[in-house]
Amino acid sequence: MKSYDVIDLAVRNLRESLFRNSLTTIGISVGVASLVAMLSLGIGLQQLASRRLQKSGLFDTVVATSRRDLGNFREQRENGPPRAESPALDEPARQKIEQLPGVIEADPDIRFVTEVRFDDQPHLTMVAGVPLSVKHNDAFEGMQGGFFSSEAAPEVILQKAFAEELLGKTPSRGADNTSIADLAKPLLGKEVTMRYAERSAPASPNGSSNNGANSGANSGANSGAYSVVPRQQVLKIVGVTDLDPESMRGAARARVFLPLKLAQDLHVMQSSDLRDNSFGAAPTYSSLSVRVANPNQVPAVEEAIKRMGFGAFSIVDATRSMSQFFAVLDVFLGIFGSLALAVASIGIVNTLVMAILERRREIGIMKAVGASDADVRGLFFAEAGAMGLAGGAGGVALGWTIGRLINFGTNIYLQRQHFPPAQIWFVPLWLVLGAIAFSIVVSLLSGLYPAARAARLDPVQALRYE
Amino acid sequence: MEGAGPNAPAVRTENVCRHFQMGEALVRAVDGISIDIHAGEFVALLGASGSGKSSLLNLVAGLDRPSAGTVIVQGHNLAALSREQLAKYRLHTVGMVFQSFNLIPSMTLLENVELPMRFAEVDRRERAALARHSLERVGLSGRLAHRPTELSGGEQQRASLARALINRPKLLLADEPTGNLDSRTGAEIMDLIRSFNQSLGMTVLMVTHELALAEKHAGRLVYLRDGKLVDDVRNQPVPNHDLSNQYLPNSDLPSTASPNSDRPKVSAVSSDPPGEKQ
Repeated sequence: MKSYDVIDLAVRNLRESLFRNSLTTIGISVGVASLVAMLSLGIGLQQLASRRLQKSGLFDTVVATSRRDLGNFREQRENGPPRAESPALDEPARQKIEQLPGVIEADPDIRFVTEVRFDDQPHLTMVAGVPLSVKHNDAFEGMQGGFFSSEAAPEVILQKAFAEELLGKTPSRGADNTSIADLAKPLLGKEVTMRYAERSAPASPNGSSNNGANSGANSGANSGAYSVVPRQQVLKIVGVTDLDPESMRGAARARVFLPLKLAQDLHVMQSSDLRDNSFGAAPTYSSLSVRVANPNQVPAVEEAIKRMGFGAFSIVDATRSMSQFFAVLDVFLGIFGSLALAVASIGIVNTLVMAILERRREIGIMKAVGASDADVRGLFFAEAGAMGLAGGAGGVALGWTIGRLINFGTNIYLQRQHFPPAQIWFVPLWLVLGAIAFSIVVSLLSGLYPAARAARLDPVQALRYE
Repeated sequence: MEGAGPNAPAVRTENVCRHFQMGEALVRAVDGISIDIHAGEFVALLGASGSGKSSLLNLVAGLDRPSAGTVIVQGHNLAALSREQLAKYRLHTVGMVFQSFNLIPSMTLLENVELPMRFAEVDRRERAALARHSLERVGLSGRLAHRPTELSGGEQQRASLARALINRPKLLLADEPTGNLDSRTGAEIMDLIRSFNQSLGMTVLMVTHELALAEKHAGRLVYLRDGKLVDDVRNQPVPNHDLSNQYLPNSDLPSTASPNSDRPKVSAVSSDPPGEKQ
């Protein structure tokens, strides 16, 4: 029998016992729906976690450090040349790292402790330069105000605790009910004055060096000499963020953020300046944040930086553990989801066996007029497959709806708890197609026994059946 | 192919047996029957209930397999055929008509008649035309879209005949085709079967317990008792009657019209099965 005839007859037979077949199909749908709902939640949670981590900048970032810094000696023994012989992490090195395949940008980590004055009150704090690209990190999610207007704008973003300090409020620990909107209102648009020590090259004879001993001792083109000049810079407050200063994010522990380019242009004295005094005139960086296009490329970039003689660190291993965790979670959710489908498959066997009993005479007639075993088997298979297809499609729709409802309910809960909404459910195309295919396969497997039984039916016995 | 020479019989059974084990007892439904039926013959199998008529018919139809002996139809030794080959044999070589019509109730008449062509993988458009034509032949052109339950017994049996003939079989097997019909409708069906036998040269093997019908239409009467052949007599069927004309509008089926009063005396076989010949 031709395929379209098999399908045509199968659909006709299914329509004849519409109520029973619909119940069976609904059974399959519920099975597929539970599978889809479980997996879509698993995938959604995984994506939520990945997205959060990705946005945090931890998983696509390699921190490159100069091996000349003090570190642990074990590392020195095991890895590469002695510290003194390792290259300096200076501007040419930064550019070289930026040229590595997969690297988007390599930004120097500029941070320093200095005094910030507001309303003539001094406040000592850690200041960090941040590149414009962090605008898309969740580090600045929920920030009040705006991001820096340009990469060298004389603007600052304040951390919430520092904003509280400026306003004379006691920074609260634990349950923090102070709204950053309330903090931002009196601060946005105001100015702070940052006083800092500038590392100034002595090339200019009129250079305003007040550190005579230093410049005198190291005069000459390549002496690495510089002056330290006290300066101040007026900065406009453009934003207040609730970024936790204790978190592990890029510019950790800083409470005041400047545009990175501005921080570089100000030539604020860095701790590495003291260390590198004896090695050359050019300033070096204590560390670079190397942003990689794809987290998968992190190990390769990390390795390349290490080969250049620098220290490199990423938490890519944590990503791997996370992927493993979600893979296990998905398997468990999939198994739970499949249980319902396994129950539904028993329903298919039951329905088809019932259909054989009911249609025994019909099978006998078909055999008497020339149907082969394969024709009868194919017909029952097609019926099982059609139920699987309909059940699969219905199940995907139902699972999608269930997932959506769970997502909706969760978001209502999150909203009540003052958390931002989150997409904890996701149905990728592969899950849709996979669930339907799985449903068809399970249905066909369930149809194996009934189809074989129908095919082997003795036509004489079947024709006698009333 | 066995015995497929030009003069070979269309159906040959050689000492064919069909025994069933029913608990302790062995039921000999068919017990060593040998018979030759030639192409174009109209043979009636007569006998009381349980005499083995239907069992023998099922063996010739390829619906059942003999316990012993051989059944050769159109050169095919049915016992040697695989299940798949046997299905093909049922599809192309024989057409069957049953007492209870055996139309599929969920299908329209047109779909019922189309069914064997689906198994024969005839093109969809072609088979619809053929099925329509076949139903027109048996006078059911106005009933194509009806389901069997909406029809009379006679109409159902005519549809069943249309289905049996749709794949142009060489052999028509009829199992009590008039058993569920009143005498007038039964006569109409017999006329149709007879007309197909005469016009298409189709071999007919019919099981019946109605001797009068058999005598009227069959050229040969074969009596069975307890699974054995007890008599095999030539019969002079009633020639040239016109009952079938109303159902046969097509010119390819010649008219068999003739006044019923011309009917000659039928063979002197009593309606009771004769005793076993010694």
